[in-house]
Amino acid sequence: MQEVMKNKAKELLASGEVRAVIGWKKGEFCYDITPAVFTNAEEIDNGFIYDDFCGANLSKYLIKEAHKDGKVLVFLKPCDTYSFNQLLSEHRINREKVYVVGVSCDGKVDIEKIKRTVGDGIIALSSDGDKISVETLYDKYEINRADALAERCVNCKSKKHVAYDELLGDEGEVLDSKRFDEVEMIENMTADERFEFWRNELSRCIRCNACRNVCPACSCEKCIFDNDNSGYVNKAPVTSFEENMFHIIRAFHVAGRCTDCGECSRVCPQGIPLHLLNRKFIKDINTLYGDYQAGEDPEARGPLTSYTEKDPEPSVVTDKE
Amino acid sequence: MQRIGVFVCHCGTNIAGTVDVKAVAEAMKYENGVVFSTDYQYMCSEAGQNIIKDAIKEHKLTGIVVCSCSPRMHEATFRKAAQSVGLNPYMVEIANIREQCSWIHKDMATGTEKAIILARTAVAKVHLNAPLTSGETPVVKRALVIGGGIAGIQTALDIADAGFPVDIVEKLPTIGGKMSQIDKTFPTLDCAACILTPKMVDAAQNENIKIYSYSEVSGVKGFVGNFEVTIKRKARFVDETKCTGCGLCTEKCPQKRVPNEFNLGMDQRRAIYIPFAQAVPKIATIDADYCTMLKTGKCGVCSKVCTAGAIDYTQKDEFITEKYGAIVVATGFNPIKLDKYDEYAYSQSKDVITSLEFERLTNAAGPTAGKLLRPSDGKHPHKIVFVQCVGSRDTRECGKSYCSKICCMYTAKHAMLTREKYPDTEVYVFYIDVRTPGKNFDEFYRRAVEEYGVHYIKGMVGKVIPEGDKLIVRASDLISNEQLTIDADLVVLAAAIEPDKTARPLATMLTASMDTNDFFTEAHPKLRPVESPTAGIFLSGACQGPKDIPETVAQASAAAAKVIGLLVKDKMKNNACVAHSDENMCNGCSNCAKVCAYNAISYVDKEFRMPDRTTRVRRVAVVNDAVCQGCGACTVTCPSGAMDLKGFSNKQIMAEVDAICK
Amino acid sequence: MQVNEFKPKIVAFCCNWCSYAGADLAGTNRLNYPADVKIIRVPCSCRVNPLFVLRAFQRGADGVIICGCHPGDCHYTTGNYYARRRMTLLFSMLDYLGIEKERTRVEWVSAAEGAKFAATMNDFVATVTKLGENKRLEDLRCKK
Repeated sequence: MQEVMKNKAKELLASGEVRAVIGWKKGEFCYDITPAVFTNAEEIDNGFIYDDFCGANLSKYLIKEAHKDGKVLVFLKPCDTYSFNQLLSEHRINREKVYVVGVSCDGKVDIEKIKRTVGDGIIALSSDGDKISVETLYDKYEINRADALAERCVNCKSKKHVAYDELLGDEGEVLDSKRFDEVEMIENMTADERFEFWRNELSRCIRCNACRNVCPACSCEKCIFDNDNSGYVNKAPVTSFEENMFHIIRAFHVAGRCTDCGECSRVCPQGIPLHLLNRKFIKDINTLYGDYQAGEDPEARGPLTSYTEKDPEPSVVTDKE
Repeated sequence: MQRIGVFVCHCGTNIAGTVDVKAVAEAMKYENGVVFSTDYQYMCSEAGQNIIKDAIKEHKLTGIVVCSCSPRMHEATFRKAAQSVGLNPYMVEIANIREQCSWIHKDMATGTEKAIILARTAVAKVHLNAPLTSGETPVVKRALVIGGGIAGIQTALDIADAGFPVDIVEKLPTIGGKMSQIDKTFPTLDCAACILTPKMVDAAQNENIKIYSYSEVSGVKGFVGNFEVTIKRKARFVDETKCTGCGLCTEKCPQKRVPNEFNLGMDQRRAIYIPFAQAVPKIATIDADYCTMLKTGKCGVCSKVCTAGAIDYTQKDEFITEKYGAIVVATGFNPIKLDKYDEYAYSQSKDVITSLEFERLTNAAGPTAGKLLRPSDGKHPHKIVFVQCVGSRDTRECGKSYCSKICCMYTAKHAMLTREKYPDTEVYVFYIDVRTPGKNFDEFYRRAVEEYGVHYIKGMVGKVIPEGDKLIVRASDLISNEQLTIDADLVVLAAAIEPDKTARPLATMLTASMDTNDFFTEAHPKLRPVESPTAGIFLSGACQGPKDIPETVAQASAAAAKVIGLLVKDKMKNNACVAHSDENMCNGCSNCAKVCAYNAISYVDKEFRMPDRTTRVRRVAVVNDAVCQGCGACTVTCPSGAMDLKGFSNKQIMAEVDAICK
Repeated sequence: MQVNEFKPKIVAFCCNWCSYAGADLAGTNRLNYPADVKIIRVPCSCRVNPLFVLRAFQRGADGVIICGCHPGDCHYTTGNYYARRRMTLLFSMLDYLGIEKERTRVEWVSAAEGAKFAATMNDFVATVTKLGENKRLEDLRCKK
């Protein structure tokens, strides 16, 4: 697959169809794959990678790249295409300036899961079908790929690309995912347990803003939390309130727009399951206002910018047992 | 830093009875920014207002807080007082210490403590107030009425009588609308033409009214007070300025077999035609679909017989652009198509007709010259079955869930008139409910039953089966609980009415909202029934919901009154507390526009200088001050906080929150 | 006389057209409700940003209630429909985080419902008083 993608990128660069290619390249470590912009064949030959660790959602990079002259090629995995559509619907990307190549995806690997088994000091990784071979400074391991899949891939919601100009690999389908099970588990706790659970998670927040910076929906020109003039400026979680507020408001601001790409949880250095906040909103929206998948249809009206006269009253929340 | 004055009102004992007003005034002296604080018996009195005015001047106050009754009561009073001495009226805040404090608390300590907090909250807000000015936009003193039925005619006449020019755009060759097809009107039974045609003539002769017949609105730009409308004048191949309406061409035209839509296809007209004798404007129109000359280039009879030389086969559609201050929608209704109602055999038998067809059959100018004859064989029907609610109150896919409102009355009218003219005819009416609210309406219906012996049967008709020259009507009588079979000669279906098909694209052009049935939505269902939520768009007649003629005319005049109220102003003062978007923060995501009920937000591409000295074009929101009503829905939808509301800004509201919780 | 009896701080956001007028009517009819309730006038319930709700809790409010026109009666025709969705989701999220759901409420009060306004506030204050001080969303720096 990687070679096919490289050739496609080089072909379109050579023909002048695209000015640049957004893909992935190697980072500091072998598992540390990072988004990159390539502008010539040499860069692609030397750096372009597509492997089990290319989890990064490249759609957000288009906001900047697609502002420049000329077309940009972007490789999008199925879940990334939802973010792409959502950004289109919010006029953040000029569709004409993007050439979307959909790439099939059989799930990406969560390095933290591997580390839990092998410990630190990983120096080489290779995957072969169902197995992943890991070499550390101390030993060699073989791990079942299925056990190392990221949570969002275990609970993958769709293997279907909702937007592309060209597709490499096979097209998949929308899946019946169990992604709300964990939300439901938390809902079933008592209020005290929930409070404990979230204090335990959110108190670890160091406000590095990684979740915000990676999130395709969090792409405001200026974030209210950085804006001295907004009245809510808040740059460090000084108190438990601020830890809560940042995440509540961040989740609220993306509610109805979040496609559940799961990038927030992937990048959180503290391992806070932030997707559980976003999924709570998605689950509520689905139950209260009808199923809605952000990004599925760029023409659709979001659940928070629409209403019906028969919507349930807020008392469904405040009066429930 | 603001220089704030606080004025605490006793309101006699209304406030002073449970609030220690002196203590409140004293406490306020120590609030940040307060340079003057006092109390007085009645702040709203002239003497009280003078205290405020003097203090503003003497202490150079930049903002004031009046602790008094509800702002709904005297905010305007105090704003005016402030303005009279040069303080911006929006630098005035009211602390409601009467309705929301002294009147609900019995204990002096509690009342005083709360009054101090409320005053402090108002002071906190004033600190962040900014002088606001309402924008002004000039008003184009001309109105457009879309649709020339009775609703449009009435609205136009009323506006014109008030002295404003008004244009009517009518898609058909003549104004008059549905009412011109109706024979008699309930509950008085005067003939429709007798009361409608004089109005049509009035409209034509009124100096202030211009009628664009055979025309359609094809584009709308602008906003309240300043609309720019493009009108498509369809080619009628007759020079309107030359045609005298003599009608000779319509007699000589050799193409005789064109279904006559005015008589709902029950007879035929020529390819060049005047819809009916009293048409306004009385100008012939060539039907391009049937004209031999236009289709093959061979004929030209009309041109030869026209002594005025009005025929012009080369005429093309023409587009004109005109400016208007207000637009009235009066697009009216149509009966629904009955092809999905096969159980009534409408498409199988010519003798199953709609109520509007029945109107034409009984009209002296209709296809039978007013004699009630069966369309199939021209015989006089002796047994007639009327079926109500055909498609109305019908929750199936093909039907309308609403009540069409007019059918009960016109069916009673039809039944009564039939019995009066042809006493040998038996008349049955099948109904779900008989709904006859309205002045003299129920009396009218009872007369049909009691004096004219119409058989009203509660129940629905299940099937109509054409058999020989009879129509076998199978129905159930829900009251006697039996199945009935009637061998009728004529079946009349009271088809539901629906908005005209042109309404939906028009609504899009006007950015006016519609409900799921394509009826235009009113700005407020109870309090603003003739205005669309989109400022400057008004609603007249059945385009807003099913209506009979009296109601339509009433609404038409109401819409005219609203239009006159708008046009009489030279300039429109806009709401000062409007939303405003900070373009530096705006993402251009369009979410604010989606929740705006007034279409006040548009987007422009704007060039921004970037820190690295390059420029970038970004899409940003722009609020139209003239249209924004200041609800604030957009401010919460905006994730970046670019959108804020003047007078109720994020910072102001948070300052209030902080002051209350302090 | 009782001292140190817990007095909750309640912030009530009232829309200008219905609920604020309803609150005025409660006053006109001399219907009593606790002084713990302080009203902030907003043009419409849709003006209430979730941030305002959180801000109130941060600054020490023990309960926040939002009042607007009844659905279908909004002065701005649709504002309260958006408010209804926003607040439902926000309250559900607060509940999900283990914050007592009884501290937040939305109530539709028309300009004619003075009695309902007073009754609503009496009930809400009683509920919040029973819960006691807001501990889960407090900001210790804002405590005195």
